[in-house]
Amino acid sequence: MSSRRGETVLLPLGAGALLILAWHLAVRWTGTSVFPSPLSVGRGIVDLARKGTLGRYSWDSLRRVAWGYGLALTLGIPIGALLGWRAGAARAVNPVIQFLRPISPLAWIPVAIVLFGVKDAAAIFLIFLASLFPIVVATANGVRGVPSMYSNAGRNFGLSGYRLLSRVVLPAALPEILTGLRIALGVAWIVVVAAEMIAVDSGLGYLVIDSRNAGKRYDLVVAAMLTIGIIGLLLNSLVQRVSRLRAVRWGFREES
Amino acid sequence: MIPAEKTVPRRTKVEIRGLHMTFRTDESEVRVLEDIDLDVREGEFVCILGPSGCGKSTLLNIVAGFLPPTAGGVRIDGSVVRGPDPRRIFVFQERGVFPWLTVEGNIGFGLGAMSREERERRVAHYVALVGLDGFENAYPHELSGGMKQRVEVARALAVNPDVLYLDEPFGALDSITRLVMRSELLRIWHAERKTILFVTHDIEESVQLADRVVVMSARPARIRRIVDIDLAHPRDLSSRRYLELRDGIFEEIGLAHRI
Repeated sequence: MSSRRGETVLLPLGAGALLILAWHLAVRWTGTSVFPSPLSVGRGIVDLARKGTLGRYSWDSLRRVAWGYGLALTLGIPIGALLGWRAGAARAVNPVIQFLRPISPLAWIPVAIVLFGVKDAAAIFLIFLASLFPIVVATANGVRGVPSMYSNAGRNFGLSGYRLLSRVVLPAALPEILTGLRIALGVAWIVVVAAEMIAVDSGLGYLVIDSRNAGKRYDLVVAAMLTIGIIGLLLNSLVQRVSRLRAVRWGFREES
Repeated sequence: MIPAEKTVPRRTKVEIRGLHMTFRTDESEVRVLEDIDLDVREGEFVCILGPSGCGKSTLLNIVAGFLPPTAGGVRIDGSVVRGPDPRRIFVFQERGVFPWLTVEGNIGFGLGAMSREERERRVAHYVALVGLDGFENAYPHELSGGMKQRVEVARALAVNPDVLYLDEPFGALDSITRLVMRSELLRIWHAERKTILFVTHDIEESVQLADRVVVMSARPARIRRIVDIDLAHPRDLSSRRYLELRDGIFEEIGLAHRI
């Protein structure tokens, strides 16, 4: 147990330390005056944190993700469930989804700005779009893939329609839906940064682009990047924790 | 309800008449069941025995109302079967326990309309009946195959159905667990007096369990013969009569009883 813990905690920490060391040495040996060393990035983070910029911008980014992702979740799960449940609906809508899916969410940025202006709503709209598709597709696949013996058992106990869906089909599809939610959250966090670079003037993405534009502060650029990475990591482990709940763990056995 | 005496002729519970089933795809047509006629009496334990893939599971699915037959029909208590019904519960061969619910959640699944106390009482009763005390809060993936099968049987019994359909329920269990589960099922059958239709490809299993064994042919399945198993429970598996009946079925199916 303790050696397992050592492997899961110490090894990645060691790898991270080596990476930072390599970064430090690379900056020293090349004598670059543009790219910051780990130390100056650390000072940059402390600086930003003290001024309150880091907290405020992180909060702005997280708030946008919460809205966009929350909307995608509340719309995406019912839409996906309908598509998985009714073969006719899937046949009608699938071509549209398959057509829209390969369009990068970033290509929607001009559309979002036209529709919503340089405001929160534009960023939220982009996050919503980007996370909607993985959620819809995973939910539809999950619902469609529910073994017929589960739905037959549900019908045998007198369930049909909405009650069959909510008591049997959705719980059976939940592991796959959760996988979709996890992918969608990762995508949402990637898209919020891109959206903030263009569509708004706050948030971590804005911090990256603003630090560069206002005086080429690459230490702050990298500080913002690190913050983005750390928050992304935390979000992912949060969703992973949900997958370990006992009621859904059966569906993730190959991972544990 | 007062359990009927075995000697009294009991009324017909399940009536299968002129049943045909053909699966059609664009290119081909597979005849699965042909001209099945069968009456099952109330409280009777009937095994449907046939080689793998002969269509006996299809027959059970039709009787349970999951599949409409191509021709003919099924009546239960005189009324035509048009779909599944909580009075008749199907126990699946692939172990259909719900993995997202605990043992208690599974067993209480069909009791939604009951008051909470009544439901808890029923669940506790059936947990005890199938010997799962102490595992009420376990999830199926934490249980062995035999325990999962018990959960499914208890979930079926908890809604107090008249009829149980069992589709090779013990097929995936090891041979020792299988024997234990058979005697458990008989014990429960004696205690609860259900009508049971039990599909199996295991000759010994059918002779150990059933009042009557319905021997099916290979596809398209017809009924070859119906064998009365005139042995009292508990059955002595080395008695002459048991071996006679078993070997008779082996011969009927055309298997040499030697390896």
